[in-house]
Amino acid sequence: MQKFKTIKSIPAYLPIVNIDTDMIIPKQFLKTIKRTGLGKNLFYEMRYNEQGTPNDDFILNTSPFNDTKILIAGKNFGCGSSREHAPWALLDFGITCVISSSYADIFYNNCFKNGILPIVLPEAKIKELSEYSKRKEEIIINLEKQKITFGNNEIDFEIDQFKKKCLIEGLDDIALSLEKNPKINEFEKKLSSNRPWILND
Amino acid sequence: MSKTLYDKIWDDHLVHTQDDGTSLLYVDRHLVHEVTSPQAFEGLRNSNRKVRQPNLTLAVADHNVPTSDRSKGISDEESKLQVETLEKNCEEFGIKLFGMNDKRQGIVHIIGPEQGFTQPGSIIVCGDSHTATHGAFGSLAFGIGTSEVEHVLATQTLVQKKSKNFRIKVDGKLSIGVTSKDVILQIIGKIGTAGGTGYVIEYAGSLISSLSVEQRMTICNMTIEAGARAGLIEPDEKIFNYLNGRPMSPKKENWDKALEYWIKLKSDGDANFDKEVTLDGKDIMPMVTWGTSPQDVISIDGRIPNPENEADEDRKNSIERSLKYMGLKPGTAIKDVKIDKVFIGSCTNGRIEDLRDAAKIVKNKKVAQHVYAMVVPGSGLVKQQAEQEGLDKVFKDSGFDWREPGCSMCLAMNADKLKPEERCASTSNRNFEGRQGRGGRTHLVSPGMAAAAAISGSLDDVRKFQN
Repeated sequence: MQKFKTIKSIPAYLPIVNIDTDMIIPKQFLKTIKRTGLGKNLFYEMRYNEQGTPNDDFILNTSPFNDTKILIAGKNFGCGSSREHAPWALLDFGITCVISSSYADIFYNNCFKNGILPIVLPEAKIKELSEYSKRKEEIIINLEKQKITFGNNEIDFEIDQFKKKCLIEGLDDIALSLEKNPKINEFEKKLSSNRPWILND
Repeated sequence: MSKTLYDKIWDDHLVHTQDDGTSLLYVDRHLVHEVTSPQAFEGLRNSNRKVRQPNLTLAVADHNVPTSDRSKGISDEESKLQVETLEKNCEEFGIKLFGMNDKRQGIVHIIGPEQGFTQPGSIIVCGDSHTATHGAFGSLAFGIGTSEVEHVLATQTLVQKKSKNFRIKVDGKLSIGVTSKDVILQIIGKIGTAGGTGYVIEYAGSLISSLSVEQRMTICNMTIEAGARAGLIEPDEKIFNYLNGRPMSPKKENWDKALEYWIKLKSDGDANFDKEVTLDGKDIMPMVTWGTSPQDVISIDGRIPNPENEADEDRKNSIERSLKYMGLKPGTAIKDVKIDKVFIGSCTNGRIEDLRDAAKIVKNKKVAQHVYAMVVPGSGLVKQQAEQEGLDKVFKDSGFDWREPGCSMCLAMNADKLKPEERCASTSNRNFEGRQGRGGRTHLVSPGMAAAAAISGSLDDVRKFQN
């Protein structure tokens, strides 16, 4: 996984609540057997007309937002299907930070596995940032300091310290867990006597 | 200290806990399907890792499979590649797979219980949000992403932080024509699509325990639509009877040991829940969604809401957006809304009892002329059972299309989909924009309500059709 570095980018604001993962990447693009190449189909149905031509009104089709690395959106972002294709599509488009007042659980976890930082802020701060985004000026996301800088203002954000460490160091979850192999072996040994039907039938 | 059922299952699966509470949990059962697994297997190959416990893993192709004649295979090249990739991966890594032509093939959340793979007190995961379904057996079951699928394959564990406890108590009785689908739709309407975020929900109360095993599955299935990590129900005699003798259920002395363990799986009387909600069965009506989120729900007697009555700006905008997409006007009686298609099936409502419910309504009646209606059984075994009972004939006689099992138009990944602006009464779980096809308009209902809509040609009250 890519190490998460400080981001400087003009954020795009999508003023919709409950953006579901079907909206982020519709099912016709889930037939891939790869993780890459989904960026062009991110938000497909909002981004393209029925004929497949770009919808010029959609924010990610307009300059400078088509190059953004930061997406600000309404609450409960990423609800619905567990498809990791949603963060893959965001990442492939170039978005490595999402800012919302809340996320659906599975999407939130999926972000961290892909080097994407999902920031949670109170509604009032989202409002402030989304207003600021109209200026089309760069903002800075510093994960190390847990700080968003925009103009002369700053917002601090909270994050689980273990998740933060994994993002900054680009740690491989599986390698970390495999280090616990002796503990897993020990658990399985107990399992075969405590709940033998789990391993035996 | 008193514990909830969730606390107990959690504790019994702890392999390791870090100081910050991040825990490594053992996974007892892992279900795999073709859409969310190829990249996970690819990851294993790239890092030269094996599947730790192939025997605790069961795979099936369900999302992409055609529900029409399968003798010629899959015509869509991408779908075909994905299904073939699953077959190859299962062979390479030694995982049991129900192939497309196996009569046990079906939707992953239908075949798990059907085979006895789903068991009380176990942790069950799958790269699919509707894994919550298995919570009906008193297991901790939840959906995971593909990176986590890879993690489970490699380590048979998962890194988790504990959720909070939420109890939803439903007492009383269901009125005639009202089903567990209506119960869960009403719950989601009440707590909202993020109402369960950060929690595991335990469903309790006299109404919940009166439900059949299959009805319970419908409730737990849609828990994810309320944002919760998982939903579960204390297992009881009905669950144990259901599992007894299934192909993958514990056998002989293991059955006795399992039963001894399963019987103890319940929340302590004085266990603490961080949040509680109570509903009374007599207040639950046949429900239908009008918008593009499962929380956009009203009773069949209701009218489309008016965004102007909303004080909250976000909610107002969201209703306006939904109504525009759905092509509906505020104040319209939902019963006056004409439909084009009916879909009966999915992991929410594709089991035998669901088909029986719908068949009872359509028997000796005809599907309205302008409506195309389809039934997609949840698995090959559900289909076989329905055919033994003559339900296929009831459906076909009334004008329904009777199809092969799979996910089908619940998410429209195969050829079954809505055209733009087509309106569908659907027994599935999501009415998101574009879910059943670009521009398609979904109204979520119970199987009986879907059947009633097929006959009337408009959304209608199933109670009208009860004898």
